[in-house]
Amino acid sequence: MKLARRVFPHPHLSALLVLVWCLLNNSFSLNTVVFGLILGLVIPFATAQYWPDRPRLKRPLMIVEYLIVVIWDIIVANVVVAYLILFRRNASLSPNWVAIPLELRSAEAITVLAGTITLTPGTVSADLSSGGHVLLVHCLNAEDTDSVRDEIKSRYERRLKEIFE
Amino acid sequence: MGDLFEITVAIFLIIAGVFGFVGSFGLIKLSDPMSRLHAPTKATTLGVGGVLIASMIHALLVERQLSVHELLITIFLFLTAPITAHFIAKAYIHRHCTDADLPDPGPDPRWAGLTEEDEAETGSDAHQA
Repeated sequence: MKLARRVFPHPHLSALLVLVWCLLNNSFSLNTVVFGLILGLVIPFATAQYWPDRPRLKRPLMIVEYLIVVIWDIIVANVVVAYLILFRRNASLSPNWVAIPLELRSAEAITVLAGTITLTPGTVSADLSSGGHVLLVHCLNAEDTDSVRDEIKSRYERRLKEIFE
Repeated sequence: MGDLFEITVAIFLIIAGVFGFVGSFGLIKLSDPMSRLHAPTKATTLGVGGVLIASMIHALLVERQLSVHELLITIFLFLTAPITAHFIAKAYIHRHCTDADLPDPGPDPRWAGLTEEDEAETGSDAHQA
């Protein structure tokens, strides 16, 4: 068991690497899969020291729901931001900083949350507080910073908390 | 039938072009650096996404081949766009912001991009300039 852990420090990463290699080659032939397996074995083994913990997923199926919500929000975000850019004068926009207190504690979950915030409506995640308890987000147009904070917490953070913790 | 496929591909390409244009236009039009960051991180996602969807439809329906390269480009784009934006935002905070500009960091003493040493550093940089 211990040996298996040494050889496969990140089994999910290994599986992902095989899949990515097949996609890169645009084929699922035996050659490709075998070479993908070799890469899936070597890369996690060589980089294990930089990533000692395994992220634990409590409810992996929730990822599907999360992805659907995020992709939908990205489409809406694009239209909203395009409207703001094309039809609003700069002076009528109110760009603002918002601090989002985090309940998430795992580094992987916070990374996913920060990435999601950057891809969705008029928000870019800019910084984390020194102890990792608050996320600093910049909004393109936020008159009411509290509602932005509450929306991010209920829409993304709650789901990530269910997935990761 | 062939015409219908080509029209679908064309529609996706037009959507992609419009959003790509809006993203680049926003970069010029918006006034401060942090607002400018919003335009390329978002409008370009759908801009590139539209081209990729068009490419997949074209491969599947016109060339009769399943092409999955495009999915990978989407994934890489979704991974790299936030990281680039985060780097630029962090550099901006590091160079131009003080504690007074940013909201209260709650239970922690300060924002990570804004340590006391950094403030001293930016001070000396300004002096040199």
